[in-house]
Amino acid sequence: MRRGSWFAALATLAAVVALAFLVVPVIAVFANVGPWRLLDALDEESAREALWLSLRTTLLALAIVIGVGTPAAYLLASREFRGRALVLTAIELPLVMPPAVAGIALLAAFGPRGIFGPAISGAGIELVFQTAGVVVALVFVSAPFFLRQAIASFAAIDGRLLEAARTLGAGPFRAFATVALPSARTGLASGLALAWGRALGEFGATLLFAGSLQGVTQTAPLAIFADFSRPAGFVSALALSAVLILVSAALLLGVKLLGGERALEGAPRP
Amino acid sequence: MTRRALFGFAALVTVLLAGCGGGGGSGGSLIVFGASSLEEAMSEYAESFRGADVRTSFAGSDQLAAQIRQGGAPDVFASADTEYPAQLYKAGLVEKPKVFAANELVIAVPTGSQISSLADLAKPGIKLVIGDPSVPVGAYTRTVLARLPGAERRAILANVRSEEPEVSSVVAKLEQDAADAGFVYVTDAKAAGSSVRTVAIAPRLQPDVAYAAAVVKGAGDPALARRFLDGLIHGEGAADLRRAGFLPPP
Repeated sequence: MRRGSWFAALATLAAVVALAFLVVPVIAVFANVGPWRLLDALDEESAREALWLSLRTTLLALAIVIGVGTPAAYLLASREFRGRALVLTAIELPLVMPPAVAGIALLAAFGPRGIFGPAISGAGIELVFQTAGVVVALVFVSAPFFLRQAIASFAAIDGRLLEAARTLGAGPFRAFATVALPSARTGLASGLALAWGRALGEFGATLLFAGSLQGVTQTAPLAIFADFSRPAGFVSALALSAVLILVSAALLLGVKLLGGERALEGAPRP
Repeated sequence: MTRRALFGFAALVTVLLAGCGGGGGSGGSLIVFGASSLEEAMSEYAESFRGADVRTSFAGSDQLAAQIRQGGAPDVFASADTEYPAQLYKAGLVEKPKVFAANELVIAVPTGSQISSLADLAKPGIKLVIGDPSVPVGAYTRTVLARLPGAERRAILANVRSEEPEVSSVVAKLEQDAADAGFVYVTDAKAAGSSVRTVAIAPRLQPDVAYAAAVVKGAGDPALARRFLDGLIHGEGAADLRRAGFLPPP
């Protein structure tokens, strides 16, 4: 009993320390200069342009991730083939890749001196220093969040449901659209929210690959970085940070409401 | 977790925390914040500096100044301008700054480039990369552009594709062939070697590029920090700076 009680006290203390450590910086963003000065700072043109650019580029990136990622995840979830584990690992790799590494990797592949650089510029496409380059970086870093979740959700569907649909005469597309998609929708939505959160926070890959120019490639995280080093820019940096924190919190809350803890961990395979 | 694993974990944490404590003790150590453009010369000086283990951190002078304003405390701050050290001095965060070197601004272009003059930067389609307005190299660049006729200045600014946080990332964008031209210090172009070529900026347009350094208030060993700073003005640090192409202070 006595051993248990000191441990319980220690664990409670650890929980309090952990919570305080994680929550205090978040609150400090709002409390440091107060909400009114933050609102004032958001009225600056550079802040508004950065947020607007972040919104546009992340939505475009998400559209690409959904459009390509959903059928790809469905295929990967429903087929068994040699090397499947390797493919899944490759898809998840950008999840744990440092952002600067992602930027270097994108340059090595799609930069002007990259392996596909000449082909890309030959096709008349410009990525570096362009908003399109930002979208490429966002897709690269955020797609794995959606794919992982989508694959787990599709894999969790009872195979007999799809079989029944096929027996009733549904083609592969109809089975996908009328049975698989609705069954996996909560998982897909939470994967999407996580991907969005990651895309909104993307910094290093964007700066290295696309550069930083107001209204073109300077997304909110890049603007925060630029603001920080301006003599009176700390308030602007705080204001943009506050917006990103609120949006991220909303996304996380959405994930929790959609599928509870399970949605974050990925549903078990049948 | 077994008891042994717990003990092992505790031991590891202790060792790691001990490692975070920084220099301390008798050995003497200095933390130096240096402008990005100083990286080569100052690393060399730091390595050969006798009497202390010198650790360096290089970034845009504006970022380093912002870190000091937010309470980051190196022992020495060496900036690519005189403005940031002066501001910190006024705020009571550093001792009186001293100018220790000068530099020159140039246009750097990839080796195979056709660009041969400042006027070429105004041509449509040129991809120009400059420093962010708050980093000294970006401020100097704008000083040069402000001395040009309005139409030419606007045409050049319209070609700016990226405002980079520090001069080293301007050079990196050139080395990647991502940009056609960038404004950098002559020392950066020299350090980049054969991958870039320089185009001179006329003396009448040239900004006064002066580097100032200061001992930060609250330095662990102010005497040691001052000795490091003095070595930059007339000592081994000065020699390293000259070798890298920096000019003596004006």
